[in-house]
Amino acid sequence: MNDSKSLPDRLASNLQAVPRSGIRDFFEVVSSMDDVISLGIGEPDFDAPWHIREASIFALERGATSYTSNLGLLKLRQAIAKYVGRVFGLRYAPETEILIAVGVSEALDLAIRAVCNPGDEIMYHEPCYVSYGPLIQFAHGVPVAVPTSVENEFRLTRAALEERVSPKTKALLLNYPNNPTGAALTPADAREIADFLIEHDLLLITDEIYGELSYERPHQSIAALPGMRERTIFLHGFSKAWAMTGYRVGYACAPQVLTDAMMKIHQYTMLCAPILSQEAALEALKEPEEDIASMKSAYLQRRNFLLNSFKEMGLSCFMPTGAFYAFPEITQTGLTAKEFALRLLEEEKVACVPGTAFGPSGEGFVRCSYATSLDAIKIAVERMARFLARL
Amino acid sequence: MDELLKILKNNALESAENIAKMLNISVDEVRERIAAYEKEGIIRGYQAIVNEDVLKMQGVTAVIEVRVSPEREGGFNDIADRISMFPEVQSIYLVSGDFDLLLFVVGNDLREVAFFVSEKLATIDGVNGTATHFMLKTYKHHGVLMESQESYERLKVSP
Repeated sequence: MNDSKSLPDRLASNLQAVPRSGIRDFFEVVSSMDDVISLGIGEPDFDAPWHIREASIFALERGATSYTSNLGLLKLRQAIAKYVGRVFGLRYAPETEILIAVGVSEALDLAIRAVCNPGDEIMYHEPCYVSYGPLIQFAHGVPVAVPTSVENEFRLTRAALEERVSPKTKALLLNYPNNPTGAALTPADAREIADFLIEHDLLLITDEIYGELSYERPHQSIAALPGMRERTIFLHGFSKAWAMTGYRVGYACAPQVLTDAMMKIHQYTMLCAPILSQEAALEALKEPEEDIASMKSAYLQRRNFLLNSFKEMGLSCFMPTGAFYAFPEITQTGLTAKEFALRLLEEEKVACVPGTAFGPSGEGFVRCSYATSLDAIKIAVERMARFLARL
Repeated sequence: MDELLKILKNNALESAENIAKMLNISVDEVRERIAAYEKEGIIRGYQAIVNEDVLKMQGVTAVIEVRVSPEREGGFNDIADRISMFPEVQSIYLVSGDFDLLLFVVGNDLREVAFFVSEKLATIDGVNGTATHFMLKTYKHHGVLMESQESYERLKVSP
């Protein structure tokens, strides 16, 4: 007699509750096709600037093959402290308040696990990056999605937060400029959200990975607002603005108590971020404006091109002001986001990501990334126009 | 530099319609601004970047370093203008360092270029010396690689 449990039954229950990633399914379909023009890519099409790559080669030649301090190379933390001070007006002590992680993805996990008790509610706006809900579940927390809508250009409002806040709410997770919508907060929005957090005495985890890619006005970090520093974990990294996704290097800045807490997890799970990536990140901070400016102006031109093309083909889309995504509305086609994306892929070989991959409130929208060459975007919009005309 | 010029420097064939969409301005404005740049002499011409190595064309290109004595009135300009008149001379630059002018010269064969250097260039008043280097292969020209390197493949869809 065999009464042992089946393998699936032995999996951790909080893990079982996490659905398979919607993007993953879509990725399998796309990967099986040739000649696809992809607007589905969540990373820059640029290679990291040559001087950064060259610096990592040089570091390797010098024998940079060891561990670093758990918090990361001190000289990198010092450079980060200066950078976030100058660019975002944030003040963090490099010795005790900055932790280098393996991308913002890891930093986000550390931040959530550092503050989340079982049953704690963590709010986040939706549509949002795919990992937010699952990471909260992994930490035995309760994900509380706060829907945002195109009427507010996908900006999070205080009214929406007030509807969902409860005595169990522990923290808010924020990501502006936003993946997948390309939305950014106005200074007034940021102030309103900060007031809400202070009045309800909540923590804030703010993922500002797209901070440099803000097109209409310089990005204002909510972490810099009065009263926010002591309740905020600020997350940033090098993947997007410097096109360094594969280096996997990001960081968390927070008051020492919070940094120490994240450090406990990081030191036992990751030990440290790869030293070569840290050396590359240090190089990236030497002339950041020059590296970023040319890529940013290319993104801006592509955004304009894409949005004007949408207009011509009769696809309505609010003007995204940050990151490198447009989030056009497709409800008028009568198709769901998933149907639209699948048919566009099958019939015209253009890949975009259904909005529902970023949460139920993404229904009726698809994410089109313009982090791809202008030549590819030109072909993609021709095919999309043909597709729409046929529907 | 103006964004419009940057776009054209990158791809001179970009249509006015596309540029208008990229810069959020009207097609007419794009056309007017290009016409103005042409009229002001800021845009001097449009050329294709050709990988001549692939065409296996007859002909050679030489890079020539030229040392000159600047003239009292015209400095380096008069002598550079004079050298520029030769149709063999494709490009000419005033540079710092051990020599003064850097020339790119084309000819049908080595002899023709050698003839140009010894009979025409070296005999110009004020030219004190030359050093000729024949170009063997072009790897990169005007910021464009002559051989496409295989790029690292990215994921087709990622979050």
